[in-house]
Amino acid sequence: MYGNDFSAPSGPPNGAPDEVTGGLLGEVEAAEAELRAAAARGRRGGPTPDEDLAAYFAEVVDAEQKIEPRDWMPDAYRRTLIRQIAQHAHSEIIGMQPEGNWISRAPSLKRKAILLAKVQDEAGHGLYLYAAAETLGISRDELVQLLLDGRQKYSSIFNYPTVSWADVGAIGWLVDGAAIVNQVPLCRCSYGPYARAMIRVCKEESFHQRQGYEILHTLAHGTPEQHAMAQDAVDRWWYPSLAMFGPPDGNSTHSAQSMAWKIKRFSNDDLRQRFVDMCVQQAEILGVRIPDAELRWNDERQAYDYTQPDYDELMRVISGDGPCNRERMAHRRAAHADGQWVREAAAAYAAKRAGQKETVAA
Amino acid sequence: MNGPFDFTLALADDALVAAQRLAEWTTRAPEMEEDIALANIALDQLGAARLLLTYAGELEGAGRDEDALAYLRDDREFRNALLVELPNGDFAVTMAKLLFLAAYQLPLYTALAGCPDERLAAIGAKARKESAYHLDHGALWVKRLGDGTEESHRRMQAAVDHVWPYTHELFVADPAAPVDPATLRPAFDEVVGPVLAEATLTQPGSAWAPAGGRAGVHTEHLGYLLAEMQVLHRAHPGAKW
Repeated sequence: MYGNDFSAPSGPPNGAPDEVTGGLLGEVEAAEAELRAAAARGRRGGPTPDEDLAAYFAEVVDAEQKIEPRDWMPDAYRRTLIRQIAQHAHSEIIGMQPEGNWISRAPSLKRKAILLAKVQDEAGHGLYLYAAAETLGISRDELVQLLLDGRQKYSSIFNYPTVSWADVGAIGWLVDGAAIVNQVPLCRCSYGPYARAMIRVCKEESFHQRQGYEILHTLAHGTPEQHAMAQDAVDRWWYPSLAMFGPPDGNSTHSAQSMAWKIKRFSNDDLRQRFVDMCVQQAEILGVRIPDAELRWNDERQAYDYTQPDYDELMRVISGDGPCNRERMAHRRAAHADGQWVREAAAAYAAKRAGQKETVAA
Repeated sequence: MNGPFDFTLALADDALVAAQRLAEWTTRAPEMEEDIALANIALDQLGAARLLLTYAGELEGAGRDEDALAYLRDDREFRNALLVELPNGDFAVTMAKLLFLAAYQLPLYTALAGCPDERLAAIGAKARKESAYHLDHGALWVKRLGDGTEESHRRMQAAVDHVWPYTHELFVADPAAPVDPATLRPAFDEVVGPVLAEATLTQPGSAWAPAGGRAGVHTEHLGYLLAEMQVLHRAHPGAKW
């Protein structure tokens, strides 16, 4: 999962859902087809010896072709992508914690299995994304160190606590829903390895959203206590989910350049609007209330008017003062430190094995 | 133990409690790849537990489904071996538990796959493939840690010494059971002995053989594990999830 709510936000392209994720998944498939078509029509050949590299790069991007790892690219493009992909990867890894918090207490064995598999998927997404970032010439170890040192961020949504089982449902419905709205456009990102990773991630993410939706639906149609649990979770997760799209367009620092590079394709506010419009219908079916008294259909705009999230709160959480920032980082650092001796042992064992093989070969 | 219900329940509880313990590693594993691997093994155990609990409920014929059996029994009614409920400890303890459990479950499920009870045979046939992977994974780590660094060797030996006494309970004879656990000990020893040797570890000689799990008399740890696992389910009697 992932949002645009990092310290230096930027985002990506489109999506248009009606059912749980039906519309958005269609867009993922369209992006995949587009990727194949672009590959089939072939890219123009490499730059000629005296050609301007920046102009060549711009031509490839403008032609909706993909930039691949060995291509020349502007340093700033490379840096932007490394930051964005790494922060996305970190978000997957840190994002395992709030939901992982409920694996041991899941209220049925079926829910336990689904949740465990979901959190495992997030680890898998983290790994693909680190691998995509590595194609840009940086190692996973370096990136992990940047996270542990607090020099790179992760989505600040994960700095909120999961205090009830319904939070697992709300995260699936709202947080994964917002992540999908954000990520579907990334399936068309100009950088090939990231676009391809996103296609895979989005497909799995849509299952996650569906399971969250199903948890909330079951709760909202269950006992009065369960319904109250579901509503309480939606009340707490709604605005932080809106904030996942990042600051309003006017304050978004990296957006214009990322748009020109076709890393990002829609503005933060456009994506936020798309998400709100998607959720309103779903909330009705779910039987929960979106906690916004100003939420109403605007016929002129053909979209819902809604109350903006508290961006001051977003900034506080980003800067480290959310409810769980300290715990999330302490947990990750402790896991890393506790595993040090194991990683060292694995390396020592592998080295001994390699040494034995050489001896045999000699 | 008496009859197929107790036998099936014992296997189910081994798998369920093992899954609960392994899942505790999620977000805490020494490597990201290992986080995924441990979750895989936990999911396998949980999957086997669900099949076995469902069947146990049918054998009992009292209308209890997998969740009623998992969430509404107290620790005195759990039939798992003590080995699986031991706390995870460090990664070496977890790998010792994994190796020993898999080296028991693999021949068990293999034998079960050929037993006359069709349901148990089907579960055994599915689960043995998973156990073979668990065994590979556990054996590989025990070798890496045993023959890795000085620290990892020390920790792995301590883990083997700690967990070994609990292996004896797995093989207590039960001639009436669909598979008599006592018949599985040679297969276990054939697998575990060479792994420990290759890992440069010493097989403990301790005669201490703690037991009681199959009779529902557990370590003090199981009560806490169940309290956590069952708390939400029990707080909402009759609710659907």
